[in-house]
Amino acid sequence: MFVINCPYCGERDQQEFKAGGEAHIERPKQPTELSDDEWAEYLFMRKNIKGVQYERWNHAHGCRKWFNMIRDTSNDEIKAIYKMGEKPPSI
Amino acid sequence: MGNKYSVFSLIKNALSYHENWQRAWKDPAPKKEYDAVIVGGGGHGLATAYYLAKKHNMKNIAVVEKGWIGGGNTGRNTTIIRSNYLWDASAGLYDHALKIWEGLSQELNYNVMFSQRGVMNLAHNLQDVRDLKRRTHANRLNGIDAVYLSTEEVKKFCPIINTSQDIRYPVLGGTLQRRAGTARHDAVAWGYARGADEMGVDIIQNCEVKGIKRNGDSVEGIETTKGFIKTKKIGVVAAGHSSVIANMAGIRLPLESKPLQALVSEPVKPIIDTVVMSNAVHAYVSQSDKGELVIGAGTDDYVSYTQKGSHQIVEGTLNAILELYPIFSRMRMLRQWGGIVDICPDASPILSKTSIKGLYFNCGWGTGGFKATPGSGDLFAHTIANDEPHKLNAAFNLNRFVSGDLVDEHGAAAVAH
Repeated sequence: MFVINCPYCGERDQQEFKAGGEAHIERPKQPTELSDDEWAEYLFMRKNIKGVQYERWNHAHGCRKWFNMIRDTSNDEIKAIYKMGEKPPSI
Repeated sequence: MGNKYSVFSLIKNALSYHENWQRAWKDPAPKKEYDAVIVGGGGHGLATAYYLAKKHNMKNIAVVEKGWIGGGNTGRNTTIIRSNYLWDASAGLYDHALKIWEGLSQELNYNVMFSQRGVMNLAHNLQDVRDLKRRTHANRLNGIDAVYLSTEEVKKFCPIINTSQDIRYPVLGGTLQRRAGTARHDAVAWGYARGADEMGVDIIQNCEVKGIKRNGDSVEGIETTKGFIKTKKIGVVAAGHSSVIANMAGIRLPLESKPLQALVSEPVKPIIDTVVMSNAVHAYVSQSDKGELVIGAGTDDYVSYTQKGSHQIVEGTLNAILELYPIFSRMRMLRQWGGIVDICPDASPILSKTSIKGLYFNCGWGTGGFKATPGSGDLFAHTIANDEPHKLNAAFNLNRFVSGDLVDEHGAAAVAH
């Protein structure tokens, strides 16, 4: 449980948010060209990092907007928050 | 067995004030090389080592554990054992484990306090009723004992449940597996550790894996905090940390590690003599032999390795429990804790070879691995020793995420998340 600084609404309790998993997984540009292995990689395989991880979050019980977060999963410390489409800041 | 526990050994040791009991397992330094190394000294890892030594005659093996044995999810779960899963593959896997549980204390000469007090799953809406009836039929076709109960029968089996129809989620019925129950979780780790140690397995605690050495497509050994250990076979049974080990070997797994919480109340006199689970309102409760109510809460939805969960998860579970059991309204909670569970997209485990020769993974048990401990160890040992899965764990291979042949137990099998 922690406090998240929504880029649109400011600081709110984490229970207002929904975690959306690993960020920057790009949808395949040519889905018809993909092999089964590549589909599995895109759909199921995750880095699941212990340490600094890039994630998507949604302010589900607030503005309902998506944004990105850099968070240390070993201690839940939030390193940075940035909007969708923006380049991740260097940390 | 050099140090067999019996009433005679108890009397003999009582005469010396219980000061001369032998250690249950040794504390060896790692050798330079082993035929196989198991990474992770929880119940599943120790059981794997035990069956490798016992059934496959592999005695030159080690279990490496970064903390102390049984200190991870083995000591953090709510000790529920059942096999009433929907799909054939899961039914085969979990009932294999349940059959081993039934004779485990005798086999290990160690009391794991397996208690077949029954597990009851509740239905709170029409869809629950249909799902639970379907699962009961599927279970019976697979030879697993299961009965469907009406609301009155639920009340008769567990009188403290509030079955009035004016609560937010009234009890419309339930299922009961009588062979299901609970066991003492620490004893399972200790019993397997003692059994494996006696057959010559080295159990090395405080030994964290730092790297996996590969030679092309096969493994050569592991880097640990106690030095390099050479081996041709590595069985990884690291639960929430499976992805961390996979990253060391340069492969990816379809897992997300999340905190799962549990809590116990102050001890009280016997009040609930079974295990009651409800998926819909997410409440499950049983009573330990010490008298504490043992309550399982849900997972948080974000990846975290902190072994702490969010407060609102516990609050939600307790709300549901109070509505179902008004009698608990003045109970005080004693302890709360979290464990890191590795969740697969289809809520089924992975017991599998990998693309790297000699590297095997037993992971993805998510929120419900404890019940499978003996079966998981047995089947994983078979997979490592023969370099081929047993027919009972063939469906739980890593390749199912490529082929699409998933074992989708999310919501299907009374899995509480």
